[in-house]
Amino acid sequence: MSATLLVITATLLASAVEAVEALTIVLAVGLTHGWRTALLGVAAGSVALAVVVIALGPALVDVMPLEDLQVLIGVLLLIFGLQWLRKAIQRASGRRAMHDEEAIFRAEIAALGRVADPMKSDLDWTGFVVSFKGVFLEGLEVAFIVLTFGANRNNAFGPAALGAVLAFVVVSAIGVVVHRPLARVPENSIKFVVGLLLVAFGTFWGGEGIGVEWTLGDAMIPVLAVLYLAAALALIATLRRIPPVRTSAERAAP
Amino acid sequence: MKYVIGFGRFWYDFIVGDSMMLAVGGTGVLVVGALLVHAGMLTAAEIALPLTVVATLASSLVTRP
Repeated sequence: MSATLLVITATLLASAVEAVEALTIVLAVGLTHGWRTALLGVAAGSVALAVVVIALGPALVDVMPLEDLQVLIGVLLLIFGLQWLRKAIQRASGRRAMHDEEAIFRAEIAALGRVADPMKSDLDWTGFVVSFKGVFLEGLEVAFIVLTFGANRNNAFGPAALGAVLAFVVVSAIGVVVHRPLARVPENSIKFVVGLLLVAFGTFWGGEGIGVEWTLGDAMIPVLAVLYLAAALALIATLRRIPPVRTSAERAAP
Repeated sequence: MKYVIGFGRFWYDFIVGDSMMLAVGGTGVLVVGALLVHAGMLTAAEIALPLTVVATLASSLVTRP
């Protein structure tokens, strides 16, 4: 039960982060190239994503033995989770700029080049492609997380998909209401929590795949998450105290 | 060709991102665990897995973003 709740939490939070990023792109397209173009891109991106998930999901489960699947999923979750955790730690310790949806939104608007009538009805190819890519690529990360959770345990597809769907519904609803990028979402905190959960699940499932018999069974997942939380907080505190490592080029500069 | 390069770049960014150390370390964690399991040291593997994960994360933070 606790593992199911953790699966829902992990996919919900991870999906929320990616949905906010996709929303920023779609809003920029909608405001510059028209809402019809933006929404067609969203629809096409969503369909393409669904095709990938439907094609890959059952294939993963049917083709690979469970142990091999657990090792593959464990490695991918470990790498993916460690990437999120590393970025979150760097941001929390001041070594990397915070993710700024407002700045990304302004950059997208500038890159798209012009501000057109958002109510115009003719399809704009550039805007369509940008909107499509935004939804497809951000969604692919979510699909990856949902698939890995779902493929590893027969009963985890439902909870994993539930978390993702909930996040997209909530973020889309907010996007429709505010028509602005969701700059107040504490993205770094969410990435920090998701990173911890992905690494905990990756360690647990990868360990099972290579033959580790966890003493506490499924209860080891929250234990691992707490252990990684303690380590991450210690790393943040340490990084705040010591100056960043300078490259030889930086040391040579006056 | 453009699409093949784009596909490859997507997966490179997806797996490696901005830290090759995490891609190598994430794999190495399970390699170390598998070696311990193969040697019959199951308890050691259970302890070593989370410790090598933390070591990999700490090492990746020493390098610049």
